[in-house]
Amino acid sequence: MSENRTRMMRSLLLISGLLLAASAPAFAASEADFKSAYAAAAAAEKEADAIRDQWTTAEAALKAARKAADAGNFDQAIAAAKQAEALAKAAIFQAASEKDRWKDAEVR
Amino acid sequence: MRAGPPIRLGTAVLSLAALALAVFALNARAAPASETPDPVADAKAFRDYFVKKFPTVKPDDFVNGPYSMNQDMRKQWEDMEQFPPYEFALEAGKEMFSKPFKNGKTYADCFSNGGIGIRQNYPYFDEKEGKVITLELALNRCREVNGEAPLSYMKDDMAALTAYMAYTSRGKLMDIKIPNDPRALAAYENGKRYFYTRRGQLNFSCASCHVQNPGERIRAEILAPALGILNAMPIYRSEWGGMGTISRRFVSCNSQVRAVALEPQSEEYRDLEYYLSYVSNGLPISGPGSRP
Repeated sequence: MSENRTRMMRSLLLISGLLLAASAPAFAASEADFKSAYAAAAAAEKEADAIRDQWTTAEAALKAARKAADAGNFDQAIAAAKQAEALAKAAIFQAASEKDRWKDAEVR
Repeated sequence: MRAGPPIRLGTAVLSLAALALAVFALNARAAPASETPDPVADAKAFRDYFVKKFPTVKPDDFVNGPYSMNQDMRKQWEDMEQFPPYEFALEAGKEMFSKPFKNGKTYADCFSNGGIGIRQNYPYFDEKEGKVITLELALNRCREVNGEAPLSYMKDDMAALTAYMAYTSRGKLMDIKIPNDPRALAAYENGKRYFYTRRGQLNFSCASCHVQNPGERIRAEILAPALGILNAMPIYRSEWGGMGTISRRFVSCNSQVRAVALEPQSEEYRDLEYYLSYVSNGLPISGPGSRP
C-alpha cells in the first residue's frame, strides 16, 4: 500500500513537472509580447491625443508599462500596457459620445 | 395554436412602437432646441439660471465665487481681506509694470490707456489675426516685441502683472465684444463646446461642477458658480500656496478630472476664456482674488 502510494506520488510529481515545463513558454511573458501590447496602447493613446482627449491615468499606465519592461518584469509591463490601451480607448469613446451630447447640458 | 398569431402581432406592434420611440429619442438628442449660436440669448439664460438657482445672492456677488455661496467662508474671507494674500503679488506686479524693458519701453506702451483700467475688455477677438487674444497672451507679446523673453503663463510674474492690471479695473464691468465676424462667433461657440464637454477619467465637464453643482462641496472645497468666475482672476489659492492665472486654473481643473491638460493659451483655452467672460458681461471685475 505504502509502495503504491510512493509510486503514485512520484508519477504525480513527474507529470506536474512535465506540465509545468510544457506550459512555461505559454505563460511567461516575453519582450515580444510586451512590445506588441505596448504598441497597441501607444497607438490608442496617440489617437486620443489627436482628438485632444487624453486621460492622465492612461498616460500613467503607459509610463508604468515602460518602467516595468525596463526592469525586465514583462508580466507587469503587459498588464500595465493593456490597462493603458483600455483607458485610452475609453477616452476615445468618451470624445465620440460627447461630440454632440454636450449640447444637452447647455443652459438655455 | 390559434392564439399564436395575435400574440406575435401584438409583440411586433409593441416592438415597432418601442423602435419608433427610440428613433424619436435619438432624433430629439441629435437636434437640440437651436443650432444657431446666439450669444446674447446665451448670456441672458446663463445669468437667469444662476439668479434663479440662488435667489438670495446679489448678481454682482457671484464674482466672489464660493464666498457668495457660504456664509461661514464669507466671514473668514472678509477677515482675510484685511491683509489679503495676493498683496505681495500686487505690489510686485505694479513694480514690474512700470519698470522699463531693456529698450526703454514699458508695458504701458503696448496697451490702450497705458494698460490701466482695461482688464474688463479682455479677452477680445482680433479680426486681423482671426483669433482670441487674452490679456496673458497680450502681455507676453508685448514682452517679445520689445526683445524680452516670454513669461510662464501659469503663475509668478504673469500672475503678478495680471493681478495689478485687474486691480486697476476693479469695479469696472466685464465688457466682452463679439464682432460681426463668423470667426468670432465660431471661437465663442468653440469655447462653449469646451465648457460643456465632459472629459477625463472622472467624466466631468467644467459645467458639471460650476453650473450643475455650485455651492456644493467637492471634498473640502465649495464649488464656485461659473457666472463671474473669471472676474476674480488671477487668484491666490491656498491649495497652490501662491498665485495662479486663468491658464493655471484651466490646467488644474483639467488635471483634477484626470484629463491631460492642454498647453496654456491653446486655442481651446483662449476660446473658453472668451465664452466664459462673455457670459459674465455686466458683472464687476473683482480680481485679484483669493480662494481656499
